[in-house]
Amino acid sequence: MKKKEDRPKNNAYTLFLGCTVPVRTLNYEIAARKVAGALDIHLYDLPDFSCCGYPVKSISHHAYLLMAARNLALAETKGHSICTLCSSCGGSLAEANHQLQEDKNLRKRINEDLHQWLGLRYEGEVGVLHFARILHREIGVKTIESKVQVDLSGLRIAPHYGCHYTKPSNVHGRAEDPEDPKSLDDLIRATGAQSVSYEDKLSCCGGGVLAIDEQVALGMAQKKLEHIHAQQADAIVLICPFCNVMYESNQKKVEKVFQKEYKLPVLFYPQLLGLALGIEPDELGLKMNRIKTTDLMKKVRRPA
Amino acid sequence: MIHSKELDPDFKILISKEPGGENIKKCFSCGTCTAGCPVREITDRYNPRKIIRMALLGMKKEVLSSQFIWLCSSCYTCYERCPQDVRIPELMNAIKNIAVREGYVPPAMKAQIELLSSHGRLLEITEFENDKRKESDLPLLPGRTEDVKKILKELGFYHEEKRGSS
Repeated sequence: MKKKEDRPKNNAYTLFLGCTVPVRTLNYEIAARKVAGALDIHLYDLPDFSCCGYPVKSISHHAYLLMAARNLALAETKGHSICTLCSSCGGSLAEANHQLQEDKNLRKRINEDLHQWLGLRYEGEVGVLHFARILHREIGVKTIESKVQVDLSGLRIAPHYGCHYTKPSNVHGRAEDPEDPKSLDDLIRATGAQSVSYEDKLSCCGGGVLAIDEQVALGMAQKKLEHIHAQQADAIVLICPFCNVMYESNQKKVEKVFQKEYKLPVLFYPQLLGLALGIEPDELGLKMNRIKTTDLMKKVRRPA
Repeated sequence: MIHSKELDPDFKILISKEPGGENIKKCFSCGTCTAGCPVREITDRYNPRKIIRMALLGMKKEVLSSQFIWLCSSCYTCYERCPQDVRIPELMNAIKNIAVREGYVPPAMKAQIELLSSHGRLLEITEFENDKRKESDLPLLPGRTEDVKKILKELGFYHEEKRGSS
């Protein structure tokens, strides 16, 4: 009889949803799961997950490591690498993982509290990868290209990498140059769509200061919306729910504060990929996108 | 005006012993951090070079009680570019960790600790959220986990109030 452990390890991951995705961006989760299914990536759930620890970094480094280590320890019992949809969760877990793997004394100290308070222990054996990194590195552009069913060549897409997907680069094993990343552009082109360059392409969405100073955060988001608007892109494509909060949930507010109109559709990359793979828009949660994608969909040529 | 009597020369040592603050003394004030900072582009209230200089001079109270230390967006642009490996976002966290111990906690952070303690996550998953998940064919999730509350309580960041008693 085939046991659970006998499944091929390569394309199996433990899905770490984090705080925002399962509540605020169901469209991202729906599309990611659909696309994963189409590309034979197995995502196993971790129902007991808690916050990745990122929000408490500024309060207490020790509390941050314990919160991250709790999740890493739970994932370790499942035996697969972690797949995150949120770049912030990915960065936070990867950074804690990096510190706990490099520094055995630190891991011992964290494990003492983790064991005493929660009965858990982390041995440092889990990998942490963002879903987009899995698509780019483990599945690969060629495989994706070979599965494209729908013509997206009429779409001009502005990639938004966000920060924690590539930085700090040392905790992500220097997966790519953080000053000149290419993976999201590659992934967009793999769908057949055009990847549009724009000023300050790598700048931060501002999400990190939203709770502290909304005006500053909105100002940061506005700059990017302005630069993308100047290139007449059909949509911005991103891979982090917090970046989405800034560019989609807060787009109306930005428009009001800065007296400008953008109406820029915001897609999660798995939604774009799903369209290319021929998955129905309804099955990719496209109806949940707050900024209408009607105009954009007119440029999508589905086979008759 | 800076009065040398009011400076605390040990402040930089305190910071350098905090996780993330280890490299503060390496800073030679080149300003690469500030030049590429997306927050600085929007507001001059945040200036990492200035904050580091103030900390190195020993302006402990001014730095710890300031609002500006909380304005780093943690984008890590400066972290990648700093020629002295000062690791500024981590350094800002080290300074904020000290500020919290000294009693300077912004209301937004207090609110986040409250949420994390209650739900184990920043956002609660109620029946309403699970109904929406069900409609979308997504697996249902348990509403909360107590483990985060335990961690924050053990470390002294969360105090359960005795409601109803005076």
